[in-house]
Amino acid sequence: MKEILKVLEQDARTTPEQIAIMTGKSLAEVKEVIREAERDRTIIKYKTIVNWDKLGEEQVWALIEVKVSPQRDVGFDAMAERIYRFPEARTVYLVSGTYDLAVFVTGKTMQEVAAFVAEKLASLDSVQGTVTHFLLKRYKEDGEILVDRGERGERLAISP
Amino acid sequence: MITENSTVVSIARPKRARTMVSRRMQKIPSSGIRRFFDLIASIDGVISLGVGEPDYATPWHICESAVYAMERGRTMYTSNYGLLELRQGLSRHLEARYGLEYDPGRELLITAGVSEALDLALRAVLNPGEEVIAPEPSYVSYAPCTIMAGGVFVSVPTYAEDGFQVRAVDIRDRINQRTKAILLNYPNNPTGSVLDRAEMVKVAEVARQHDLLVISDEIYDRLVYEVEHTCFASLPGMRERTILLGGFSKAYAMTGWRVGYAAAPADIIEAMMKIHQYTMLCAPIMAQVAAIEALRAGESDVQEMVADYGQRRRVMVKGLNDIGLACSEPQGAFYAFPSIKTTGLSSVEFAERLLKEERVVVVPGSAFGSSGEGHIRCCYAVSLPEMEEALERMGRFVERHRR
Repeated sequence: MKEILKVLEQDARTTPEQIAIMTGKSLAEVKEVIREAERDRTIIKYKTIVNWDKLGEEQVWALIEVKVSPQRDVGFDAMAERIYRFPEARTVYLVSGTYDLAVFVTGKTMQEVAAFVAEKLASLDSVQGTVTHFLLKRYKEDGEILVDRGERGERLAISP
Repeated sequence: MITENSTVVSIARPKRARTMVSRRMQKIPSSGIRRFFDLIASIDGVISLGVGEPDYATPWHICESAVYAMERGRTMYTSNYGLLELRQGLSRHLEARYGLEYDPGRELLITAGVSEALDLALRAVLNPGEEVIAPEPSYVSYAPCTIMAGGVFVSVPTYAEDGFQVRAVDIRDRINQRTKAILLNYPNNPTGSVLDRAEMVKVAEVARQHDLLVISDEIYDRLVYEVEHTCFASLPGMRERTILLGGFSKAYAMTGWRVGYAAAPADIIEAMMKIHQYTMLCAPIMAQVAAIEALRAGESDVQEMVADYGQRRRVMVKGLNDIGLACSEPQGAFYAFPSIKTTGLSSVEFAERLLKEERVVVVPGSAFGSSGEGHIRCCYAVSLPEMEEALERMGRFVERHRR
């Protein structure tokens, strides 16, 4: 199970046939494991990491620190839900430290993001305050290094 | 000066009446893979299965430890034996993995890779004319290094039907009063074979009966799949007659750092250290610092890489068999060593024509001794898309040359 999912986590386009060869398992077993993992949402989704900067695509990202007062019985969950239901909020984490929710927000312009924060986030009742950090450069995304480093490890084509 | 468009003019040198190169070196041929360098350089779009190293870069925490050491000015010579901290780490490592106790003060020597350690071992133990018996196909340097050390290289052919495992009886048959040592390399380059523990015990028995040394090159000890590696020195009674050679290149993807080691009884290490002292002085300190970090915190890297090689191995083996190059499943290292019998080409012809016609590099089996003929070495430490493309090209090639 784990071995199959690890292969897919590395490259979601690996076919069940290839995975069967790589892991030494039968094709039927591989297909069954994947089907089951998709069904119970162990596999959430298959996505592509796109480097939009390459297309000169203007897209603004911001990390919003949100400080909220927890509510009786539901703690932070109810507030988190109020926030994660906005499609603008792409990633929402509860974190320890000086603030409570880390919210990654995207928009076409800085104004758009700023407006979302001011009108939708900051105005929520339990929100005590927000700090907005606009993203300036992406170096690494989910384990993948995005910046071109110029050099490439050069292996000899033939070595003993 | 030669510029790109100018004609190459040979610079006139006074001719010497005789060569100044020693007779010994005249007799030693260049490595069988040398001739491919120029050929490869002239062709674009080549996919190489001809490499002998990981396709990973050294894990960053290992590189970073060396960078940090350099920033603090650790750029000097070390003890001839190597940094004590590294020898201590290595001693703990060998004890934890193989239950072997080596005194870091007298029984371990840090070298510039296993290549140097092998040279030191041979020079330290061989008297002129003494013989070294080694299974073949064997790593390219074994025969030349034996000859350069004044010894005689005696090969024992191994066969695909035995999974290229040497038979103890075949070693015994070649022993005479000049025999000094048995040189083993399991997991094996180029065949990827691993020697069964039972057969290893028989080899140990032969060594004991005939009072021979065993030089065991275990550079691929960590790269085994679905089997446990048996360290030769850990067999009963073998620690005292084994020179164990190991290193960091393959397990931790550190080939370019040049750091390896020898573990052996103190008198042999002392003799090896003398040669090392006068020729190398010490292994590079940066590499030694990096090796300390590798031993300290590199285990998860090793396991991750091994799991990955294990998967790619299956893809390679199945792919080769599917295109008609019969190949058993290798249990170690990162090489497949398929038969090319279906084509009727010699291994050098196969490799040269495959490169010219389909732009795929493999290493001809004959580069590893005459019993490697009829086979090619394919390294599966390449990305899966590259491997699949290479297999497709090789499939076309085999189809064309099927006899």
